[in-house]
Amino acid sequence: MPLNRRKFINSLLGIGGLGGLVTIIYPALSFLKPPKLAKPNVNSVKAGSALGFPANSSKIIKFGRKPVILVKTAEGNFLALAGTCTHLDCIVQYKEDTKQIWCACHNGVYDLNGRNVSGPPPRALDNYTVKVIKDEIIITTQAV
Amino acid sequence: MFDNSISKLVNWLDTRYNISPVKTFIQHKKVPVHKFSFFYYLGGITLFLFIVQVITGIMLLMYYKPGEDSAFESVRFIVTEVNFGWLIRNVHSWSANLMLLFAFAHMFSVFFTKAYEKPRELTWVSGMILLIMAMGFGFSGYLLPWNELAFFATKVGTDIVGVVPFIGDTLKEVLRGGDDVTGATLSRFYGIHVAILPLFTTIFLVMHLFFVQKQGMHEPASFKKIPEEKKRYTPFFPNFALKDALLWIIVLNILIFLALIFPWELGLKADPFASAPAGIKPEWYFMFMFQTLKFIPAHVLFIEGEILGVLVFGLAGLMWMLVPFVKVKAKAGAKIQLMTIIGIVIVAFIVIMTILGYLE
Repeated sequence: MPLNRRKFINSLLGIGGLGGLVTIIYPALSFLKPPKLAKPNVNSVKAGSALGFPANSSKIIKFGRKPVILVKTAEGNFLALAGTCTHLDCIVQYKEDTKQIWCACHNGVYDLNGRNVSGPPPRALDNYTVKVIKDEIIITTQAV
Repeated sequence: MFDNSISKLVNWLDTRYNISPVKTFIQHKKVPVHKFSFFYYLGGITLFLFIVQVITGIMLLMYYKPGEDSAFESVRFIVTEVNFGWLIRNVHSWSANLMLLFAFAHMFSVFFTKAYEKPRELTWVSGMILLIMAMGFGFSGYLLPWNELAFFATKVGTDIVGVVPFIGDTLKEVLRGGDDVTGATLSRFYGIHVAILPLFTTIFLVMHLFFVQKQGMHEPASFKKIPEEKKRYTPFFPNFALKDALLWIIVLNILIFLALIFPWELGLKADPFASAPAGIKPEWYFMFMFQTLKFIPAHVLFIEGEILGVLVFGLAGLMWMLVPFVKVKAKAGAKIQLMTIIGIVIVAFIVIMTILGYLE
């Protein structure tokens, strides 16, 4: 009989202790998960003068919190692609010699439509729309 | 006079705390003498470099300021304005690299002499945990100067964590302190580097050293075969300890030489809106993994290349850690044992991948 009472008390203590542990661990783990910050709702950004932008060159533009790569082709056309490599999050660059988008981190290559041509990138880069209004370059997210 | 006061102090302590077991232990500790005896020094050198890390790390803490707008500037201040700041930072960086080098050498020497076998399984496991934490030290410390290379290395490193099935995304967010690598990541890495890792490293280091003291030095198979009366030993104290000390002084000199002749560049400040610079490379001890990831195609059957790479490396690391618990029948007639072959293949793989990484 006394053994049973001991068992009963022990399991009660065990369950209580476990519950107590959860009330400590849960807030501690939740604390480590960063709160979601409000994302700036950016649909378009201005990227400076179109005439002042040299042909066959590029620039990284801040699009909200995301980088976007703006390219003026050798023919003088503008195009904009997501600047973040789909492979491992590095920021890509425009190769003036091969006229391709290149990521230095793991040698990923995209064409100017954003298609992943070679190397490890698993997906294409998202396209942005570029308009030039009164010499002002305007980049907008593509209507889905 | 000096000897006299030391024995007086020992007596004083002995009458109060009974330290004679410690005295007997030190007097009886011995180290086997054989052709692989040099391997016994590798762990000690690693320990010495860890001590250098703790001291120089605490010194750097006096001036370092974490934060997107202050980290890079404070490191620049340390290396340009602070008295001997350049020296302390260079020693810290070089010592980190040498520590990992010696830790790897120590690990493989233990592997090839089969020192991990019963009863030393937990010494091996605690050592592996220490090695993983040392790599964590390297990875987190690398970001702290907040320069361009560190920024992209951290982006890539934490993004890889994201491909781990099920928990990857949460883990990545917790590591980064948000969706992207920002000042929040820097704060977290700082905390990991100066508080979390030191705490756990100390715990596992004490365990590791305790196990070694408790069980004594491992004797390789070739030494065990020698008849008892022909085995040669050297007393740990003072013979081995003095050789240890001499080696530590030599390593310290190499360390200072490297810090003086090959300083670590600070580079450009991290810019979250700049392209990754050409020729970007991770630290050499991550190179073989980095290089392997480059060779895996984007998709293998239905799995993304990255996920495959992470799974294979994760699994291989786990198996490596559990090596002492794997029962492999030693073939009596075989010239070379299966485990030795596996070890040679792994070393060859790491060496070849690392060289390829630097050739590109």
